[in-house]
Amino acid sequence: MCLGVPGKIIDIYEKNGLSMGKIDFGGGVVRETCLAYVPEAQIGEYTIIHVGFALNVLSESEALETLALLNEISNLNDELGPEPSFDQR
Amino acid sequence: MKYVTEFRDARLVKGVIEEIKHTVHHPWVLMEICGGQTHSIVRHGLDQLLPAEIELVHGPGCPVCVTPLEQIDRALAIASRPDVIFTSYGDMLRVPGSDLDLFTIRARGGDVRVVYSPLDAVKIAQENPGRQVVFFAIGFETTAPANVMSVIQARSLGIMNFSVLVSHVRVPPAIHAILGSPSNRVQGFLLAGHVCAVMGYHEYPALAERYNVPMSITGFEPLDLVNGILKVVRLLEAGKLTDIENSYSRAVTFEGNLPAQKMIDSVFMECDRPWRGIGIIPASGWRLRPEFDQFNAEQRFDVGAIQPKESAVCIAGQIMQGRKKPHDCPAFGKECTTEHPLGATMVSSEGACAAYYKYGR
Repeated sequence: MCLGVPGKIIDIYEKNGLSMGKIDFGGGVVRETCLAYVPEAQIGEYTIIHVGFALNVLSESEALETLALLNEISNLNDELGPEPSFDQR
Repeated sequence: MKYVTEFRDARLVKGVIEEIKHTVHHPWVLMEICGGQTHSIVRHGLDQLLPAEIELVHGPGCPVCVTPLEQIDRALAIASRPDVIFTSYGDMLRVPGSDLDLFTIRARGGDVRVVYSPLDAVKIAQENPGRQVVFFAIGFETTAPANVMSVIQARSLGIMNFSVLVSHVRVPPAIHAILGSPSNRVQGFLLAGHVCAVMGYHEYPALAERYNVPMSITGFEPLDLVNGILKVVRLLEAGKLTDIENSYSRAVTFEGNLPAQKMIDSVFMECDRPWRGIGIIPASGWRLRPEFDQFNAEQRFDVGAIQPKESAVCIAGQIMQGRKKPHDCPAFGKECTTEHPLGATMVSSEGACAAYYKYGR
């Protein structure tokens, strides 16, 4: 139920007084979605879609920062190997 | 950046699990409250890759599983009426009521339709002006913005043959009930990422401080899950027992989605809610405000007295509070399987029992 899927906004329009959009989920899947709760969203941005509604706009900078940090952790562990080490952070 | 494959990167997942192994020096019991996270953990085998010091217990974050039996029976009674088109999210269809389920009602000729979005239910009402269309509005905070919009839309478009049967539940009171229980073993929490995407996380510091249980807001992809676990384990090892970490920062902010919160508040008000298998948790639910009475299916349909009758064997309540695991249940995998479920946790795509059964635990 809480599963939301990221998708890219490729079109924004109005329908029945609500802001709606076409969302591209990749692999040829495009769905109509309600954008009423993301009035700031722009075409090209990514949102989390849950039961046909966009819940937020995903932050690319936060995503990249998270991945960079996790990459650092993985690289450090590749160097250190699987033995236990003291926590140095 | 596609936001999916990057967060399923096996090398990074392994790297974070190594880091968890380096970090952990004591045993810890962690709970993930969201059923979607339970499924992701079990499906990707993450529970088997974590060091033995970490025990993951599964919380009651499956709205399908916790919808009270009385409300299911009420839904079944409404769906059985010949004048009604009963609409619902797909995973509610096979949840067992006292005697039947929605799927059986449909097989017997009831007009029961699965919808992907609540707006689809409003459309059905628009297209069938001579019938009553009822939408089963269940969910946590994640689903509330969508569910309330169906009522707002019906009102603004004058679609008066539409009504909703509401059974909403909220996460913070559930955490309060779990951590406040004398038999609680949970020491760290993985918070539900999409609930927090909607509501923000300003309700959780007070819980962390009250119970000395650190919390990490966690997403759903394998990398998000191990990252969330790493963060909360670090807090536990460092003795930072009242801290909250946002491990899903690409999707979650402290304030959350303000337009969604405003809309929810305009349609719903807090109420006490019974959770199936657990009991009444005060202020843990949402119901329609009185000004929306005309869209309230409970008011519109008189279905008489409901006498719910739970399965004597099912231990779903114990499982959802993290006290037992699915394989502790004598019926698990025998009388109770995904083909013939005895309880909601075996039916739901987010239920712990279904996860364990499907992925061979």
